[in-house]
Amino acid sequence: MAASSPGWLRRLFRDKKLGAIGLVIVLVFLFCGVFADWLAPFGMNQISPVNRLKPPSAQFWFGTDHLGRDMFSRVLYGARLSVIIGLSAASIATFISVTLGIVSGYFGGKVDMLVQRVVDAWMSFPELIILIAVVSVIGPGMPQIIGVLGLTFGIGGSRIIRGAVISVRENMYIHATQSMGAGTLRVLLRHILPNIMPPVLVLFSTRVGGVILVESGLSFLGLGVPPPAPTWGGMLSGAGRTYMYMAPWLALAPGLCLTAVVYGINVFGDALRDLLDPRMRGSR
Amino acid sequence: MAEMLLQVRNLTTRFRTEAGWVTAVDDVSFDLAAGETLAIVGESGSGKSVTALSMLRLIPRPPGEITGGSVVFEGRDLCQATDAEMQAIRGNRIAMIFQEPMTSLNPSLTLGVQVGEPLVLHRGANWAAAFAKAGELLGRVRIPDAQARVRAYPHQMSGGQRQRAMIAMALACQPRLIIADEPTTALDVTVQAQILALLKELTRETGAALILITHDLGVVARYADRVAVMYGGRMVETASARDLYKHPLHPYTRGLLASIPRLDAPTGQKLRPIEGQPPDLARMPAGCAFQPRCQVAQPDCTATRPAMTEARPQHWKACFVDAA
Repeated sequence: MAASSPGWLRRLFRDKKLGAIGLVIVLVFLFCGVFADWLAPFGMNQISPVNRLKPPSAQFWFGTDHLGRDMFSRVLYGARLSVIIGLSAASIATFISVTLGIVSGYFGGKVDMLVQRVVDAWMSFPELIILIAVVSVIGPGMPQIIGVLGLTFGIGGSRIIRGAVISVRENMYIHATQSMGAGTLRVLLRHILPNIMPPVLVLFSTRVGGVILVESGLSFLGLGVPPPAPTWGGMLSGAGRTYMYMAPWLALAPGLCLTAVVYGINVFGDALRDLLDPRMRGSR
Repeated sequence: MAEMLLQVRNLTTRFRTEAGWVTAVDDVSFDLAAGETLAIVGESGSGKSVTALSMLRLIPRPPGEITGGSVVFEGRDLCQATDAEMQAIRGNRIAMIFQEPMTSLNPSLTLGVQVGEPLVLHRGANWAAAFAKAGELLGRVRIPDAQARVRAYPHQMSGGQRQRAMIAMALACQPRLIIADEPTTALDVTVQAQILALLKELTRETGAALILITHDLGVVARYADRVAVMYGGRMVETASARDLYKHPLHPYTRGLLASIPRLDAPTGQKLRPIEGQPPDLARMPAGCAFQPRCQVAQPDCTATRPAMTEARPQHWKACFVDAA
């Protein structure tokens, strides 16, 4: 299928220049996150009292904060946290979306009715309220952030998968497979799942960006991963906000990185959707 | 005839619609001997396809429901079989070929996976063996370069080739019965003849019985041993193919045969259609289903529903009127 062949990559660089830029940003971001330990010139919490609030220089590329910590190193480690949270929460979300969407879409009828009403109920809560409730009960921390973001995004995304499953389910080849004696599980995993991969991939890619953004918002509010962990949101709200006029690089460094990464993920996700959607073939 | 491969008795299938319960297959009975080819003929909505799907218990529930009758295949009533038993029969003892070759193959799986899958499901074959067998099967249905085509996707093939692949899939486990639901309707006329000839040849080789569902009487004449004519969800006439053409007894069958354009007819002769519309299954006429369109209808025809009676040896009809 299209997603596994290199054809889509070639078309991405030929037809979707913006999407290609997005892909490059995403790859740089992933690289920084994975290799932060090797790339960072200083430790993420290494304090240097003589080098407090230094502007960007050859030694400190993004300057230093009020404790003399190197902002470049902290932004790199922030990228790692964002990668971990973004990928794991988006994976959980996609898994939940696919499971709910397939069950609801394939079985239809009463099952569909029940699942969709639960989804309705869940989606009627603003996700921030749920997050604040969970964090106030079990305290802030990375696992619960990942879990709650995965659950929230997952339940919402199940609608998209359900729609895709319903349109695939009605195809003759599904009946043909059943007439060959295939059981329900085999039909679902082997015959329906490969045909809904395009929306699944697009859902996953856009979820990564969404999760990173929401996590930054939570950390900004002090509800995310607690300091001194170098999250971009935490950096923005802590030193970034306090010293905004004296040392604007404290806010600019994580802020611009966050903007660039979310932008990159979104334009890449858009391009991916266009490339994988057969109806969009040949159009720009 | 002693031991029948398939005995369908009083099969009735209904669907719930907004217009109420609709009986798509109404009290249908027929027999099929091993190796025999039976054509089920009828116009759109006459219940041919639903009859086939009912036999395999593939009617979607809720809207559909088999409300009565029995389908005895190899001595076992499929209407009483469990879902697991049905899964073991489908694709193994009975295989089905669908109408639309363009949509009956999964676009994201290779031919090898799809043709080989019945072997993995029913014979416990591993995938390597299934792929090898798939290549062999594709060769038997005369797909050129079959061993390489195992790795091809459906979109790389023409409609005729896809239908050949469907036949290969159906043949994989050497079923005793193949049900082909309008296998050539979506194909070019020249390809139609090739596919039907292939189907006939392969069923003869393997000794499988064939149920050929069609609305094309020309197909019936060439490939079927026996014919069952359906109208409005009911069976109205069954006979050997030869007998049916020579002595059609039911007015509907006669109308069908008379409506076929003939090359040897005088130039300028008008086509002779059957007047009127096929019945609305939600509002079936009283008595005989064909009675509102029938030219020889009698008062009896609106009062009671004619049962199938043996009018000539091995030739049944559901009609009160004695045909001359």
